[in-house]
Amino acid sequence: MSNLDVATLGRPIKGPSALGGDLRRLLHLSVTLAIMEFKLRFFGSVLGYLWQLMRPLLLFGVLYVVFTEFVRLGAGIRFYPAVLLTGIVLFTFFSDATARSVTAVADRENLVRKIEFPRLVVPLAVLLIAYFNLLLNLLAVLVFVLATGVEPRLEWFALPLLLLPLGLFAGGLAMLLSALYVRFRDVQPIWEVVLQVLFYASPILYVLDILPTEELRHLVVWFNPIATILVQARHSLIDETAPNAWDAAGGMVYLAIPGAIVLGVLVLGFWVFNREAPRIAEEL
Amino acid sequence: MTESSEGIPAVAIDGVSKSFRIPQERVSTLKERVLHPFKRARYDHFDALHDVSFAVERGEFFGIVGRNGSGKSTLLKCLAGIYRADTGAIYVNGRVSTFIELGVGFNPDLAARDNVRLNGVMLGLSPREARDRYDRVIEFAELREFEELKLKNYSSGMQVRLAFSVMVQVDADILLIDEVLAVGDVAFQQKCFDVFNRLRDEGKTILFVTHDMSAVKRFCHRAALLDRGEVVRIGEPDDVAATYVELSFAAGSEGPVEDRVEGGGDGTAALLDAWWEDEHGERQSVVHQGRPCSFHARARFNEAVEHPAIATLFENERHQPLMATSSDWADTRSGTFQAGDEAEFSVHFEMVFAPGRVYASPWVAHQGRRVMDKRPRMTSVVVAGTHVSGGLVDLPHDVKLQAGSRILQGEAGA
Repeated sequence: MSNLDVATLGRPIKGPSALGGDLRRLLHLSVTLAIMEFKLRFFGSVLGYLWQLMRPLLLFGVLYVVFTEFVRLGAGIRFYPAVLLTGIVLFTFFSDATARSVTAVADRENLVRKIEFPRLVVPLAVLLIAYFNLLLNLLAVLVFVLATGVEPRLEWFALPLLLLPLGLFAGGLAMLLSALYVRFRDVQPIWEVVLQVLFYASPILYVLDILPTEELRHLVVWFNPIATILVQARHSLIDETAPNAWDAAGGMVYLAIPGAIVLGVLVLGFWVFNREAPRIAEEL
Repeated sequence: MTESSEGIPAVAIDGVSKSFRIPQERVSTLKERVLHPFKRARYDHFDALHDVSFAVERGEFFGIVGRNGSGKSTLLKCLAGIYRADTGAIYVNGRVSTFIELGVGFNPDLAARDNVRLNGVMLGLSPREARDRYDRVIEFAELREFEELKLKNYSSGMQVRLAFSVMVQVDADILLIDEVLAVGDVAFQQKCFDVFNRLRDEGKTILFVTHDMSAVKRFCHRAALLDRGEVVRIGEPDDVAATYVELSFAAGSEGPVEDRVEGGGDGTAALLDAWWEDEHGERQSVVHQGRPCSFHARARFNEAVEHPAIATLFENERHQPLMATSSDWADTRSGTFQAGDEAEFSVHFEMVFAPGRVYASPWVAHQGRRVMDKRPRMTSVVVAGTHVSGGLVDLPHDVKLQAGSRILQGEAGA
């Protein structure tokens, strides 16, 4: 090979990877990138943040009119508007984080191909931006919820406990999707369809009680972590009388299923992303 | 630098190879995969780097040169940690700052201020450090008045200035720079090289990929020449630059680019061949400036003729005549030739023409009046040289600069 005295040279550099060996840098970079891009969206157009808020609100407006005036799906549900809006905002967070992550790595080609940095920064920044958005949207939700007569409760402070698993689920998918998209460009349309399915498979328009059989209710709560989280959100944020997640699942034990799904997606996502990370710059 | 790292090369590359897979038919959708599950994707392998090894000492200004596609940018990207080497190992001792291509990772929609901070963090600063150094960056780039402007409204030269400033202010121990400075204006280029010299004196290590041989010769301590992914030459910048020029002209000199111009003459003679030779009498399409060379032309006579002459004119690419000579300047009595006889004409001289392509237009004449055959731009040769002075020829000469004599000044004043 050469006449270099390899023993004195220390450790060879590893090349690009997901974590990059320096977690502080990963964090700094993710936060900085997220803030910059958030700023861009915020100040990018004249109405700036209003648009970010309008999207879920408009969707809410349409769905509210349809499902209270025409279909009457919301009839008899306590605080239906609050339930609907909370569901939409939480789901918007999820779809924002995942849909935007799909093309995230490919979109930042000029960074990925020119600078060495922990590749995980890219999906992580997307997730952070979605969180920023969610926090602002939740302020709007708060105003609305109070306006519709929901009593403030101590349980509201448990909200982070709901947002954490939702974020982990979205983060796992973000890693998986952004890494896959580099190789398979049809991940994008596929994921759009999956998001549609998930939207209707989650108790957003409806509440779980509407489902005809106990088995069906269990299936939804077991195999759709978003549903699990939404059920719990309705219980602890809006309507105490609504069933909580473990009742809906038919027992605390069964919550292990959505828990395992979230964890599994997280591990799978990281594994795939970590495996692809060294070659992303070449494959793009 | 820590004490323990004294004496260790800043960058050591040990047997690094890198190849890229280039799919013959790109299967980039799942649908195609599902429809043709047994069709294996076929790949062409392109060896960008093959068993490259060298070490760069701390404080060295090291040039990496090579033709397009020789693997120098791939090597730099491996050093920067953007690509992972297939085999071999790269040892880097110290913080690396990279400057690869225009406006590294700048976001066109963000203002300069935000881009500088983002870029700083990208290159390894903490957010606080990036904020603190912002003023120095913008001052160095001389872009204070444009700091709130979005990057998309910057000219490419301004972007390069900004990117370069960030890279310099990051305070890295090792700088990797990929031929980008050509974009900036002359004043900024000079400023860059001033900075390089300062950094070099401070003991920073600089690896510099470029096509600009004069920059290599001016600034680099050593250089490496890559060709087809292998190190062809490593050593003194002058030698490496010379080999580079040789290599690039050798590849680009197959046949003259210029279209042949129709010949003239009354057809009583025909110029059959014209060519160039180097000092060893070998036919060449490239000759080196400052070395002996010769031009040759062979003609056949179609009718008997007494004392014919063959002459030639040398021109450069811009049709500027450089020199003309004729055989009857040496001897007007060249003898008698019968129909079918051939004559060879040759001009030996030291190549003093400026680097570039030189065309020869030979002709055969009789008594200085009758043109028997004339072949404008019949052949050409590339003059290889590392230095472009702007003149038509570069004559060997001495040049000197001395301090003026005080006594003389005194006398002049008296």
